[in-house]
Amino acid sequence: MQEISQAIAAAAALVGSGDSKLVAIMLLSLRVSLCAVLLSALIGLPLGAALAIGRFAGRQTLTVILNAFMGLPPVVVGLFVYLMLSRAGPLGQFGLLFTPTAMVIAQVVLITPIIAALARQIVADAWQDYAEQLKSLGAGFTQSVRTLIWDTRFSLLTVLLAGFGRAVAEVGAVMIVGGNIDGVTRVMTTAIALETSRGDLPLALALGLILIALVLLLNTCAHLIRQTAQRRYG
Amino acid sequence: MAEPRRLLPLEISELSFRINGRTLIDRVSLTIRPGTRTVILGPNGAGKSVLMRLAHGLLDPSAGRIRWNVPEPRPREQAMVFQRPVMLRRSARANIEYALKLAGVPGRERADRAAAALARVGLERIARSPARVLSGGEQQRLALARAWALDPQVMFLDEPTASLDPGAAREVEDIIQAIHETGTKIVMSTHNLGQARRLADDILYLQAGRIEESATAAEFFRQPRTAHATAFIQGELPWH
Ligand SMILES: Nc1ncnc2c1ncn2[C@@H]1O[C@H](COP(=O)(O)OP(=O)(O)OP(=O)(O)O)[C@@H](O)[C@H]1O
Ligand SMILES: [Mg+2]
Repeated sequence: MQEISQAIAAAAALVGSGDSKLVAIMLLSLRVSLCAVLLSALIGLPLGAALAIGRFAGRQTLTVILNAFMGLPPVVVGLFVYLMLSRAGPLGQFGLLFTPTAMVIAQVVLITPIIAALARQIVADAWQDYAEQLKSLGAGFTQSVRTLIWDTRFSLLTVLLAGFGRAVAEVGAVMIVGGNIDGVTRVMTTAIALETSRGDLPLALALGLILIALVLLLNTCAHLIRQTAQRRYG
Repeated sequence: MAEPRRLLPLEISELSFRINGRTLIDRVSLTIRPGTRTVILGPNGAGKSVLMRLAHGLLDPSAGRIRWNVPEPRPREQAMVFQRPVMLRRSARANIEYALKLAGVPGRERADRAAAALARVGLERIARSPARVLSGGEQQRLALARAWALDPQVMFLDEPTASLDPGAAREVEDIIQAIHETGTKIVMSTHNLGQARRLADDILYLQAGRIEESATAAEFFRQPRTAHATAFIQGELPWH
């Protein structure tokens, strides 16, 4: 018990002192996951919207696949991306394995289905309301997609926050494709895993505290966005 | 400038609409001519909304024909205001500008036309308010302004005063009158008899998907020809 409270105190001191190693790990985490969420948004939002309102062959199948992919185990995603990027893999020539880029790719694969599936649901609900009105005003397919994405922007923003939360808290995939190399690909989650197994509890705990604070912050933001949007825009 | 293409008359012949084995519109034939205010009367579930959606082009007929006087009417030429209008999550004025943009109105004209449209329905003060938090009456007027801004030749209005209080309903009726006076053909549905008496020039009486009567308002209210319409006017519940 005493050991734990000592570790917590040391962790708090570490956070308070702005330890440079800690900060570097944190910034890399944020950078990788922000890149991942941006790329996933560019793919996932239009894809989700198109699935919601499009009437093309294979739409049902794609939706089912997407929903299934929401629950992909991160280590499996990591393994898959590893195989793609490894020397013998189809993308091996780019030498991306064990770089932050590889981690971004893994996180994109992990969260794009989540973002697309949640966006599909949100846009589909809005489409129920809007379809006739937009058609009546003469909106075509592309115009409708753009309008729906804009009109559901606050809900979609909370989807992106959820995607970011999932990406930043994930360990299996980035461990495999990043390799947890000190100063290069070590992010918060992989550092926690390593330091815990090495017995450096203060550092692991300090990172854990930051991660929890970050997730709390994200959820608070999502809540506030929803509330404000509802009050201001109806 | 070229003579504007004339949409009317609209000829509807032997029009049927079936879905899931139910016939919602049953061999309806009618002609919509310019100049008058046509009111579609009928009890709940008669098919008034479905008939207007068909005419507006939102539903495809199962059988029969809908023929405008021109090949393909554009949305801006014949507009519709729905029973429950949908406002976009943006300001009142931006809602109108959006419709103008889709109608191909050049960017620099949109702001002025939207402002004018809001002024015509007495909403200039809430131009910047988010449309979806407006009251029901304000949203209905905004929906009318949005359709009117397109300067359509025909406007379909589906129960424009349903769920409004009498004061708000009167404001909407005044707006409909003003739209009529600018030369736009009004085709509206209602099951409010008082409103039909105040606004209608022609009556189409619809029941169970069939046009049972087509008459001038004066004729219809003096002497309806069918038992259903008589019962409807007398305020009886029109169970078949
Ligand atoms: N898309 C649809 N699918 C199945 N049934 C429908 C559909 N649209 C309308 N109906 C049915 O068609 C009938 C006519 O509906 P409609 O909305 O046209 O009636 P209405 O005359 O406008 O009634 P109200 O005065 O209540 O608005 C109703 O019984 C309704 O349940
Ligand atoms: Mg109706």
